[in-house]
Amino acid sequence: MTALLAVLSLILIAIIVVQLGKVSELARKIRGEEEMQLMVNRRNGALSLLFLIVFLAATIASGLYYKNWFLGFGPHASASQHGGALDNMFAVTLFFTGIVFVLTHIALFYFAWRYQGRRGGKAEFLSHNNRLEVVWTLIPAVVMTFLVIKGLDAWNEVMADVSPEEEYIEIEATGMQFAWLLRYPGPDGKLGARDYKKISASNPLGQDWTDTKNHDDIHPTEIVLPVGKKVRVRITSRDVLHNFYLPHFRVKMDAVPGMPTYFVFTPSKTTEEYRQELKNYDEYNVPIDPDDPESLLKWEAFDYELACAELCGKGHFSMKRLVKIVPEAEYQDWLSKQQSYYESTIKGTDDDPFKSETDAISEAAPEEVEDLQEEAAE
Amino acid sequence: MANVATPVTTTPKYDEDLLIEEYGYDDHFHEHHEGDKYQANFITTYIFSQDHKIIAKQFLITGMFWAIVGALMSLVFRLQLGFPEESLAWLKPVLGKWIVVNDAGVGTLAPEFYYALVTMHGTILVFFVLTAGLSGTFSNLLIPLQIGARDMASPFLNMLSYWFFFLASVVMFFSLFLNTGPFAGGWTAYPPLSALPQASSGSGAGMTLWVVSLVFFVVSVLLGGINYITTVLNLRTKGMSMWRMPLTIWSFFITAIIGLLSFPVLVSAFFLVVFDRELNTSFFLNEIFINNQALDYAGGSPVLYQHLFWFFGHPEVYIIILPAMGMVSEVLSVHSRKPIFGYKAMVFSILAIAFLSFIVWAHHMFMSGVNPFISNFFVVFTLIIAVPSAVKVFNWIATLYGGNIRFNAASLFGIGFVSMFISGGLTGIFLGNSAIDIQLHDTYFVVAHFHIVMGVAAFFGMFAGIYNWFPKMYGRFMNDTLGKIHFWGTLVGAYAVFWPMHYLGMAGVPRRYYSFDNFETFSHFAGLNQFITIAAIVTFGFQILFVINFFYSIWYGKKMTTRNPWGASTLEWTTPIKTGHGNWPGKVPTVQRWAYDYGKDGKEYIPQIVPAQEGETNVH
Ligand code: HEM
Ligand SMILES: [Cu+2]
Ligand SMILES: [Cu+2]
Repeated sequence: MTALLAVLSLILIAIIVVQLGKVSELARKIRGEEEMQLMVNRRNGALSLLFLIVFLAATIASGLYYKNWFLGFGPHASASQHGGALDNMFAVTLFFTGIVFVLTHIALFYFAWRYQGRRGGKAEFLSHNNRLEVVWTLIPAVVMTFLVIKGLDAWNEVMADVSPEEEYIEIEATGMQFAWLLRYPGPDGKLGARDYKKISASNPLGQDWTDTKNHDDIHPTEIVLPVGKKVRVRITSRDVLHNFYLPHFRVKMDAVPGMPTYFVFTPSKTTEEYRQELKNYDEYNVPIDPDDPESLLKWEAFDYELACAELCGKGHFSMKRLVKIVPEAEYQDWLSKQQSYYESTIKGTDDDPFKSETDAISEAAPEEVEDLQEEAAE
Repeated sequence: MANVATPVTTTPKYDEDLLIEEYGYDDHFHEHHEGDKYQANFITTYIFSQDHKIIAKQFLITGMFWAIVGALMSLVFRLQLGFPEESLAWLKPVLGKWIVVNDAGVGTLAPEFYYALVTMHGTILVFFVLTAGLSGTFSNLLIPLQIGARDMASPFLNMLSYWFFFLASVVMFFSLFLNTGPFAGGWTAYPPLSALPQASSGSGAGMTLWVVSLVFFVVSVLLGGINYITTVLNLRTKGMSMWRMPLTIWSFFITAIIGLLSFPVLVSAFFLVVFDRELNTSFFLNEIFINNQALDYAGGSPVLYQHLFWFFGHPEVYIIILPAMGMVSEVLSVHSRKPIFGYKAMVFSILAIAFLSFIVWAHHMFMSGVNPFISNFFVVFTLIIAVPSAVKVFNWIATLYGGNIRFNAASLFGIGFVSMFISGGLTGIFLGNSAIDIQLHDTYFVVAHFHIVMGVAAFFGMFAGIYNWFPKMYGRFMNDTLGKIHFWGTLVGAYAVFWPMHYLGMAGVPRRYYSFDNFETFSHFAGLNQFITIAAIVTFGFQILFVINFFYSIWYGKKMTTRNPWGASTLEWTTPIKTGHGNWPGKVPTVQRWAYDYGKDGKEYIPQIVPAQEGETNVH
């Protein structure tokens, strides 16, 4: 029934369209080809001008309406130290392209209107002007040079890897279908070795438990980081491509199976500070659940998020982890409460290469533990 | 000379028959033409035709079929994005198990089929519609007609070119009905997702058919391309020097060269993926654990595939846009009754763009894990492309300046093209700067960029071409009132669809997301997404208008009464209204001047076959 209706209405539309076409052709006949063309020119010339005005007004108005979403404007200022450079590049590019956009559109549609075919009108024979060509080659060239230099300056700074003598925190994010697995190095500050062939249900990252650097590694369910400390994220994948994407921090890097990548950034605002900034904006002063006025306001409920930005299969849109940026003391507190994955899940099980020695170790004096572990590793 | 009408402002201005009798030359074609052995019956005339004009129509109609299929797919996934709560159960009769209906009777699009639809949409539009449907149609139609050739250098290869495209179409169409669904890994088909059947239901048989289809497709493009290049180089009529060719021919010619250099690289990437899939080689795969199993692949690199793909992929976007640029140049010039401004600058900028298009590919890979240092070079070359692109824009605008513009669907779409190319090109400048791309990569900003600059702009070029050359194809006109309604509706509609996506992208909303509800960051735009979906549906409605107009006009459109309705100077309008195989029944025209003598010396236009007049200066 609905299908029939749909088909019928389609046929109806087709008939109307065809009739409309016929009427216009009749009009053409009655008024004469030439008169008709002049009328068409007048109309469409006017429409060009109208479109120009409406279009520019709409782009500018919508831009203002959504200005809070522009990079570096409004509440979405970057929450990392390098992000400002990028947001600034965005603003500079917006400035130049905005001018070009407006001017070329004015020229395009104004000329269309101004030079519409008129009765007895004649086109000028203007075939070229080499000086003009040079001018309008050089102007974009100069602007581009400026943008390239400024852009690359920012790029090389942002993408620089850490140097060995620097102090930084290294964490690891591993993409899999469809979740992010996180790993912190634990007190030794070092991530242990991995081998994808060792991956199993109880060993999601394929950590090599004979490598004692693995024993203190933590598998948290959220990223927690201290504000103002440099972080190097080691990014890997277990299966297909993923992309480690922290929108608020202007961080994005593919996770490639078999080829660890990295991104270095320094969080500059704690979650709480960011919430306080959001508080100043109306759109964040509404309840998160529109049906429940008692629920938290959006700024109160805000959290940084980690997402995936490289198509990885049917669950690509759901690879979320929360990111919390906290003051140093709170971070240390959080860290000290985390138990290493080895301790919580592996130790003493069949997966533990030190199983036989576990008892020995636990009974041994603390200074002997390291020796025993080293022995076991060999 | 006496036969040639002197300047008047109304058509007909010249009698092309007499012109050709006087200035054309005899290539003895008509002796063979009697009893044309190539067009003996219905099958050789309309199906396995070797006439470039028929082949052009075959490309066009097949392209239109795919455009409708591809657009309908986009409407389905837009419904999912714009109205995630609404039931799609009513689509079940068409989409079957792609729609999952829960106990409450609410139907939703299954995520894997959302991705299948997005992938098919991209593949179909990029390859079948905007490559085959655009350059296949108009290179075929216009190259022989505008350079004064009887047909392509090899009509037989030309026929094969279409039939390989047809074969590709059949295989791709078949893949839509697979039990496991068509390929769902994105039109770029990055491994390991595309290489491992375990990774996604579409990566099994769906991917196999996808690759097979596209390999046939590449054969089609290469056969076509060799032919276009050979034809342009060898079959130009007397007097048609390279510098007298219309910009359409320049753009088809350069497009074919780019295609010949880039498509083979795509095929090699595909072959290596197939080796990885079927022969357990490790070109692109390394250390993978999937479905509770560690695979044996070692030492390959998924990034290598991306290099190969984009070495093809970036030139491909110019393969799509250059023919549109050429046709728009022609249409704007003809209908503003002025020479194209800066003809040589236009040619040089095409050449510059073509060259640069081969050394910018890694701008798609800034965030792929390639060494950030390498990106420096790609940023430089990428932003340099903006310069020849800007030159082209300025020249189009200058072509309108001082004109006597005849508004019709063709010229309007030409103007619309320039607007789209500006809007989309400018956002390329953001993306080309790797620092900004950190944030914008793989967000809706990219979607906005390439749909405006490539998708919509190329469609506008195609529409301009169709409205302008429809009379040459079918001897009738399309209804221009409907054409103008089609234009204004599409211009406004397309901007309404794609402009807001910039805002989504700036806010960080990633592309290829089935749902935005999981993330607070991306969930602020339900209203905007609804708006986009509605705009897309309305814009699609205007395309229906076009389709009706097109098919109605083939049979019932206003008949052409003069052979050169636009008063154009190029050669295709010197052929008879009903153009037979061989194009010119008698002599082939000889070319005496460039293609853009509009408004010169007080004459509204001077056809290319008219020799320099006494005292005429500046004959190109
Ligand atoms: C001013 C000139 C242009 C520049 C600087 C430019 C730059 C870029 C960059 C850097 C990207 C990658 C964005 C990302 O994935 O993060 C991109 C994507 C794209 N561009 Fe452009 N572009 C320009 C013009 C064009 C033109 C003329 C076309 C086509 C006719 C085009 C088609 C595309 C397509 C299809 C994509 C997306 C491919 C995908 O990821 O699916 N661009 N552009
Ligand atoms: Cu993903
Ligand atoms: Cu590109």
